[in-house]
Amino acid sequence: MPFIPHTEEDIQAMLATIGVEHIDALFDEIPKELRCGELNTIPPGMSEMELSRLMQARARADGQPLCFIGAGAYDHHIPAAVWELTTRGEFYTAYTPYQAEASQGTLQLLYEYQSIMTALTGMDVSNASLYDGASALAEAVLMAVRANRKSKSKRILVPRNLHPVYRKVTRTIVHNQQIELVEVAYNSESGEIDKQELQRYSGEDYAALIIPQPNFFGVLEAADELTDWAHANGMLAIAVVNPLAMTVLKPAGEWGEQGADICCGEGQPLGAPLASGGPYFGFLCCTQKLVRQMPGRIIGRTVDMDGKPGYALTLQAREQHIRRSKATSNICTNQGLMVTAATIHMTLMGSEGMQRVAAASHANTGKLTQALTSLHGVESVFDGPVFHERVLRLPIAANKALRALAAHNVLGGFDLSDDYPELGDAILVCATEIISDSDIENYRGKLERVIASQVETPCQLKPDW
Amino acid sequence: MIYEHSRKGRRATAQAPREQADLSGIPSALRRETQPRLPEVSEMQAVRHFTRLSQKNFSIDTHFYPLGSCTMKYNPRACNTLASLPGLIGRHPLAPETHSQGFMACLFELQEILKTVTGMHAVSLTPAAGAQGEFAGVAMIRAYHDARGDTERSEILVPDAAHGTNPASAVMCGYKTREIPTGSDGDIDVDALKSALGPQAAGIMLTNPSTVGVFERRIKEIAELVHAAGGLLYYDGANLNAILGKVRPGDMGFDVIHMNLHKTFSTPHGGGGPGAGPVGVSQRLEPYLPVPMVDMDGGDYRWLTEKDRPASIGRLSAFAGNAGVLLRAYVYARLLGREGMHRVAEFSTLNANYLLKRLMEAGFDAAYPERRASHEFILTLKRQAKELGVNTMDFAKRMLDYGVHAPTTYFPLLVPECLLVEPTESEAKEELDNFVEIMASIKQEAETQPELVIQAPHTMPVRRLDDVRAARELDLAWRGDE
Repeated sequence: MPFIPHTEEDIQAMLATIGVEHIDALFDEIPKELRCGELNTIPPGMSEMELSRLMQARARADGQPLCFIGAGAYDHHIPAAVWELTTRGEFYTAYTPYQAEASQGTLQLLYEYQSIMTALTGMDVSNASLYDGASALAEAVLMAVRANRKSKSKRILVPRNLHPVYRKVTRTIVHNQQIELVEVAYNSESGEIDKQELQRYSGEDYAALIIPQPNFFGVLEAADELTDWAHANGMLAIAVVNPLAMTVLKPAGEWGEQGADICCGEGQPLGAPLASGGPYFGFLCCTQKLVRQMPGRIIGRTVDMDGKPGYALTLQAREQHIRRSKATSNICTNQGLMVTAATIHMTLMGSEGMQRVAAASHANTGKLTQALTSLHGVESVFDGPVFHERVLRLPIAANKALRALAAHNVLGGFDLSDDYPELGDAILVCATEIISDSDIENYRGKLERVIASQVETPCQLKPDW
Repeated sequence: MIYEHSRKGRRATAQAPREQADLSGIPSALRRETQPRLPEVSEMQAVRHFTRLSQKNFSIDTHFYPLGSCTMKYNPRACNTLASLPGLIGRHPLAPETHSQGFMACLFELQEILKTVTGMHAVSLTPAAGAQGEFAGVAMIRAYHDARGDTERSEILVPDAAHGTNPASAVMCGYKTREIPTGSDGDIDVDALKSALGPQAAGIMLTNPSTVGVFERRIKEIAELVHAAGGLLYYDGANLNAILGKVRPGDMGFDVIHMNLHKTFSTPHGGGGPGAGPVGVSQRLEPYLPVPMVDMDGGDYRWLTEKDRPASIGRLSAFAGNAGVLLRAYVYARLLGREGMHRVAEFSTLNANYLLKRLMEAGFDAAYPERRASHEFILTLKRQAKELGVNTMDFAKRMLDYGVHAPTTYFPLLVPECLLVEPTESEAKEELDNFVEIMASIKQEAETQPELVIQAPHTMPVRRLDDVRAARELDLAWRGDE
């Protein structure tokens, strides 16, 4: 019996101690009419060898295409030691550190994580993780509405150049509390938040302005100016940042005169593999002033009975297991293992290594842009500076171009036409540090042929080279 | 502290690109002026530091871990290995369906397996953990009532013994909560429930077996009462391990459920996550399930999105939830197969009832001695606390010295001085016998040398920590010599 150690002798001895004859007698409090029969539609168990064969076939079926999609998930090199250490049983099979004395490894590591995140974002405090970047933003919005004493409003200004799914997720999570998300347009030339459009909201009562850095188009925002504008209008500034970009960009805590109030985002670029979108982790940092409004676990450094330093869960009066209906959030299980990986990843990379990855990703996206815009009819859509993504417009239908490229094992980018139809045949491309010059050349060559074949025979999806 | 090994200019040089590329495309006004203060250590220093940290943890792989309501069972290594195969671990979440059929097949089959074991009509895998599953479930209850124009329902009922996430999730969905008391036999007080039901009640959140470790025997009657009053029933799947293959929430009359795959499907717990909290629903709630989901169409798998499900409560994460956790659960489910599912409930229940019986024989009090234990049970140390001046926390801390992780303490709140003990099916009889001996020794120590227990633990990396100081003099990040 897989994973069950009982011998027949054990079973008989245990039943005798309990005083019943069969295991089934232990279910005698369940009304008979509710008992289910055989679960026949579930296949019989497989051996590890049989299942390995099946899973390998499935994994092979998905291929390993050359990928230029970013759009919220980025392929970076992860040092071998990161997951070798993270999957040690002592990390992998522990749980939330409720017994602090027997969990000092996890607790100290989380404290080190919080220390690294505050250094990266320039914020005062960090929690110990949320589910992912999108749900972290939803929590940041709830937090801002609770925390902004100057505003009675439950309205939030959300730029339209924020990740479309982040906007959707935030709406799903906050709309039952009557919080309203009001969209702010982007400037069609630079790709940044439209400053004139923003002025329309001057003097009005909003709880917060969300500032993405970079925004979904990869374009960098004038974060200082936007933060000051938010504060001048009685709003909190919520930064949504790529944490890798924070190694080279001005950290959210230093934006404008006072810095952002809350900084959140997707932790995936810090050591999590792409893995079909998860598990990743959401990070959430804030100013000292707002720490009691923070959702999720927070670790504090303290001392034991002998005065020796140690680590423990703290400010638990914010949390659901103590505060129940009055908690700052319902979150319980978070993304502890992913944060373990991120802490080890950032420790191995160091700030110099992280900055090199950021710079190489920026430079590679520049090379990719240059290579693709050298093709006739391919053009860059926005003129604002970017971090490591860029919006390009194609001379042919974007979805057809991407499908044809995929047929040749190149994932050419993210199709923007559903979310931003006004941009025409636009795609969002990304080249991180793992992309080589020959990968870029490979993409350029294939796109050239796709464009040529589409222009000549517009209906043909699979050119036969 | 890792920062204490840090020296300016020290690096694990093999990890990063060889040189610093040109950043002049980014205007200097947007750039940071100083490097972020990250640790600066060699690769070996990092490996040694984190290995040593790991050794300060108790875990399932190293210790008996009977943490009640958390299902700390063995986490098969194959789940991690097979979910990490190159084609799966490297797949971009936005890869087209043509490059995703293998991955999507696993998700589709997992949806089907979970439907079968829970008796629900449809399943969405996207919630990232139990609490997000609860949020999704209550949001669906709300969407259902709203769609019928039944907008006066403002309350969610929760038993007083419920997990804290239940009321917290209801509030996030804009509901008020009302507590229903638990009777002295551990079942819900049905008369109190009757008086709480009415046109204001949107539904009730129940765990079954309940958080006091017993099966709610009048569940059928409760379901009929709630439905007759126009409410819906939510099933908190925290204790699904107790009934896997024996009785199904769908057959009990629940309209919406969540499952904790990190518990029942062993994916593992990861020091506090990631989990996965798929939701299952009855037919009338299907339109509201969170997206994306996987559908099969003539042998091809495809994503169901907002376009296919316009009434969906929406998305809960940027992509498709904790995909890697779902793959681990899929591997676990296939290793177990249908016969393995039945055995989960059988042997977790056998272990719990055996351990309870032996502990009672050793002089400990069960909170509900006349009831059959489910996969877990509650002891109350009220008598020991009164007679010996040694409380549940002292017992828990002393257990650490004996090399077992403590059970859940002081939950549920309604049983004084309680320990919630869940041994799980993967523990052998001798491990359970050892636990009984440890409990008996601690009791004896409490009688003869109580200070030994009150001062425990003595053998851990630290002794009891000053929680008051932690909250009062907040130190949440290393500041070095600043």
